Amino acid sequence: MRLLRRRLGPLAGTLAAVLLASACAGAGSTPTGGADKADSAPGVTDDKVVIGTHQPLTGPAAPGYSTISAGARAMYSYINDKGGIHGRKIDYRVEDDGYNPTRTVEVVKKLVLQDEVFAIVGGLGTPTHSKVVDFLNSERVPDLLVASGALRWDDVAKSPTTFGFQVDYTREGKILGSHIRNNLGGQKVGVLHQNDDVGRDGMKGLDQFIADAVVSRQPYDPANTDVLPQITALKNAGAQVVVCECVPAFTALAILTSARLGYKPQFVVSSIGADPRTLAGLLADFAKRGGTEVSAGALLGGLIGAGYLPDAAADDPWITLFKEVHQKYIPTVPLTNTVVYGMAQAYTFAQALKEAGHDVTRQKIIDTMTSGALKGPGLTPFAFGPDSHSGYTGAYIFKVNPDTSTTMIAAPVVTDRENGPIKPAPTTRKTPTEIALVR
Amino acid sequence: MDKLLTLTLGGLTSGAVYAALGLSLVIIFRATRVVNFAQPALALISAYVAFSVNKATGGYWLGFAAALLTGALLGALTERLIMRRLADRGHLAPVIVTLGLLMVLQAVAGMIWSAEPRSFPYAFDFRGTFSPAAGFAVAVVLVVAAGVLVLFKATPLGLRMRAAAFRPDVAGLLGVRVGLMLTIGWTLAAAVGALAGLLAVPPFIYPTALDSVFVHALAAAVIGGLDNPVGTIAGGFALGVGLSFVSGYVGPELVTMAALAILVAVLVVRPHGLFGHAVARRV
Amino acid sequence: MAADTVIAPAPPAPVTSRAGLSPLARHLLLAVLALAAIVLLSMVVDPFTNVRLATVGYYLLAVAGLTVLTGLTGQVSLGHGAFMFVGAYTVALLVVYVPALPFWVDLLLAAVASGLAGALTGAAAARLTGPYLAGATLALAVGLPSVTQRFPDFLGGSNGLGFTVNSMPAGLAGTVPSTRWQAWVVWAVVLAALVLLANLTRGRVGRRLRAVRDDEVSAALAGIHVGRMKVFAFLVSAVCAGLAGGLQAFLLGTAAPGSFTPALSLSLLAAMVLGGVGSLWGALWGALALVFLQAGSEELTHALALGTDVSNNLPLAIYGLVLIGVVLAFPQGIHGIGRTLRTRLRPRRTPARTSADDEGEA
Repeated sequence: MRLLRRRLGPLAGTLAAVLLASACAGAGSTPTGGADKADSAPGVTDDKVVIGTHQPLTGPAAPGYSTISAGARAMYSYINDKGGIHGRKIDYRVEDDGYNPTRTVEVVKKLVLQDEVFAIVGGLGTPTHSKVVDFLNSERVPDLLVASGALRWDDVAKSPTTFGFQVDYTREGKILGSHIRNNLGGQKVGVLHQNDDVGRDGMKGLDQFIADAVVSRQPYDPANTDVLPQITALKNAGAQVVVCECVPAFTALAILTSARLGYKPQFVVSSIGADPRTLAGLLADFAKRGGTEVSAGALLGGLIGAGYLPDAAADDPWITLFKEVHQKYIPTVPLTNTVVYGMAQAYTFAQALKEAGHDVTRQKIIDTMTSGALKGPGLTPFAFGPDSHSGYTGAYIFKVNPDTSTTMIAAPVVTDRENGPIKPAPTTRKTPTEIALVR
Repeated sequence: MDKLLTLTLGGLTSGAVYAALGLSLVIIFRATRVVNFAQPALALISAYVAFSVNKATGGYWLGFAAALLTGALLGALTERLIMRRLADRGHLAPVIVTLGLLMVLQAVAGMIWSAEPRSFPYAFDFRGTFSPAAGFAVAVVLVVAAGVLVLFKATPLGLRMRAAAFRPDVAGLLGVRVGLMLTIGWTLAAAVGALAGLLAVPPFIYPTALDSVFVHALAAAVIGGLDNPVGTIAGGFALGVGLSFVSGYVGPELVTMAALAILVAVLVVRPHGLFGHAVARRV
Repeated sequence: MAADTVIAPAPPAPVTSRAGLSPLARHLLLAVLALAAIVLLSMVVDPFTNVRLATVGYYLLAVAGLTVLTGLTGQVSLGHGAFMFVGAYTVALLVVYVPALPFWVDLLLAAVASGLAGALTGAAAARLTGPYLAGATLALAVGLPSVTQRFPDFLGGSNGLGFTVNSMPAGLAGTVPSTRWQAWVVWAVVLAALVLLANLTRGRVGRRLRAVRDDEVSAALAGIHVGRMKVFAFLVSAVCAGLAGGLQAFLLGTAAPGSFTPALSLSLLAAMVLGGVGSLWGALWGALALVFLQAGSEELTHALALGTDVSNNLPLAIYGLVLIGVVLAFPQGIHGIGRTLRTRLRPRRTPARTSADDEGEA
């Protein structure tokens, strides 16, 4: 060993010198910015606009999310078959990142550097997308309609090209908390939350209204599907209302596990986990062997949830359009609110692309996003403006009926992510006919 | 007390699943000294077949039977078509090949049944602190384990399988069809694995549903001793209850860490598991 | 053989170069040549290919570490992703919390931290064999990343840490694209580590390790401290994986638990076997396969225009099939394809060569 070390000393020095000479500055110090490339339009040709996204198509997070891009693709196909936007077809490239941040960085670099996409649209997930925001902004790539309710997409100074889409978890938490205080006041509240910012940001909002009513907070880990310990704790704490800041599979697990324990709290579920059709699908098969008390309708009836897009079964001009697209392009995929989400996202991007004009550049689409011109399919307005890159600003509250259809029980309201008041949402919504995106 | 009871019974139910999948690993390990990393995928495909049969016919038990048959068939095919070619190829090649098979079968499951989770029923009513469904899971695992033990210890077939596993050359000279014994071992193991899958997937089935179950099953088998069915069954139940306690009393994010800690603690004291036997040094 | 111990993307180093040169000098020369080749290559390819080039580099180092462990001591680890996790988080934490430290110090500390983790693992695993070691190391790969959930404020929880590593000297900023620079840094570190590794495994330590692999009892009788050698092998191997993780963090600016799944550990192992166990050349083929097989199958899938469910899963299926096919058809992995084919074509004439080749392994 001693011999070895002596012989290798100079060698190690030589090769390390490459590094030493190279990097004397602190590794964490801020690098200087690159050239401004915003006023160009890579990926845009006379007949095509290339855009990209990263989605979990395989792996542990694929269940629940893999149909978003199917919905978006269907919408783009519909738009392309109607002649595209300004005569350009939208070339939608979906890369599978398996919800692995390392893969996300790789595939987004591929999309930007090799495929030279015009924009990244609807990149999915907080742990994943947060790792490419700096890269996309330093390359001045429009990073539009991020599919996550985290707060960090709204940072105009640091991430000028990044824009959110769905209502953020804190706004939604405030709206749910206020609804509980006004309608279920005096009851003990338990919280079941995902152990990441879905839960943490959501509780920030909830606690503005019901902090003193909360008797138990139970985190779950998305990798561990056994929620028996958490539900047992909520039951033992005597929670009469259980707020679920969960993804759909865990809403369903919480409901089933409660049924297993003979525990019947009032569930109040945030929008990401409250899609009644997804839940009904997950809970479809238990009545046959467990009796009618555990049919999907019986398990879901009475559940309170939040939403910001029209429900897939609602009588709504947007749903009429989405059903038409669904019927034509992806009839075999069930039309859930997840599919609606993908379609609404795609439509919103196409709308921005159209508003940006025929001679679109990256800067122009960012200007369009901030102009406030976008009136999408949602029931509340976007916050987009010079000072905010937040997506939808509020939500409505619905209740699930025993036949798993839904009834809106509180009209759409809007609020901010701080301590601001909750106000009724403006009622001006545009229909697809009024927007007239395509012929 | 209520919490302790719920956590214990809940842990026993998950432990039954670890024990069953662990048992399927042990059967193959005894026969071929191979840890079958494709086992969760064989069980997954079997459970998906049950899912499709359930959907088509509306009955649970027909799907149950179809899954066991599928498992057995997949096990036999894996041995005949792939593993047989790996005899005398050391311990690494089978690991990699079964991993490859795991990827292929999970991909096939995703292609046929999509990545979306589907509702998968329990055998019986799942409600109650110790529900009929949980009772069924624990009972069926204990019965199967007893059956496997009797087969190995007290039947001529079991004797031949053990002979083929431990001294293939001698067994062959004595007229035991060694190849056939290996196929039977894989068939039996994969059928037990399919059973574990049927017990493990409810309430939802999706392509990666059995991944963490497999890690725990392997941990159970390692804790109990990979060549010892009784040890593995005990290891499975102990691990299930232990992890349920950790999740309930400390925090759900610590479950995988706890599994690691338990494994290391056991192996530091007993390098071949609690009930395993050291293999004599090869000369 | 020289060609077996040092990596160069150019044609295999000519055997004649051994004349008059010590192994160390030869390895060093080859490493410098390889680095020059990488620099040249990085200038002619597009920015994203530079990212891929760097990716091959850090995977190569991780697989090389693994192949040293398995090739030299016969121990199989299903948990090397955990050491990459340690390396990546060390770099990430230092970049985020001690931004004044230069990058090479971060990397050295990543090597130290992962070495420590490796020594601990090695000590716990020294008595374990075969599947018991496999089970314990797999549990490590599954269990360790969940520590981030326990300390969400410090380690970032499931979101992990995101950052940008600034390593570019002021003089180069603006003239060298960052992806090209990153490829240079990654490969400089990787080649330096490989030279050390190659010398280590060819010297006295390597002989002792092989003695332990072949027969522990005889090795002990010959005065070799078997347990200590095994721990040492684990340490070296973990340092390689930790450096690889640190380089990954440097390249991609991320350290998150979702990146260090058991699937990562298993794919490192698969890459090692695919390339050919015990040889550093094999590690290169394995790393190339890991990066380009996936990229190729994804491109193929995009080109085929299949149904969503089929195309989503096709790359995974292709990777699995290649894995099975190569292991079944070529016992020595990609590195041994030529040898295997020669043996098949002329079954009786070649056995004399194998002993010479074995000598050069790892």
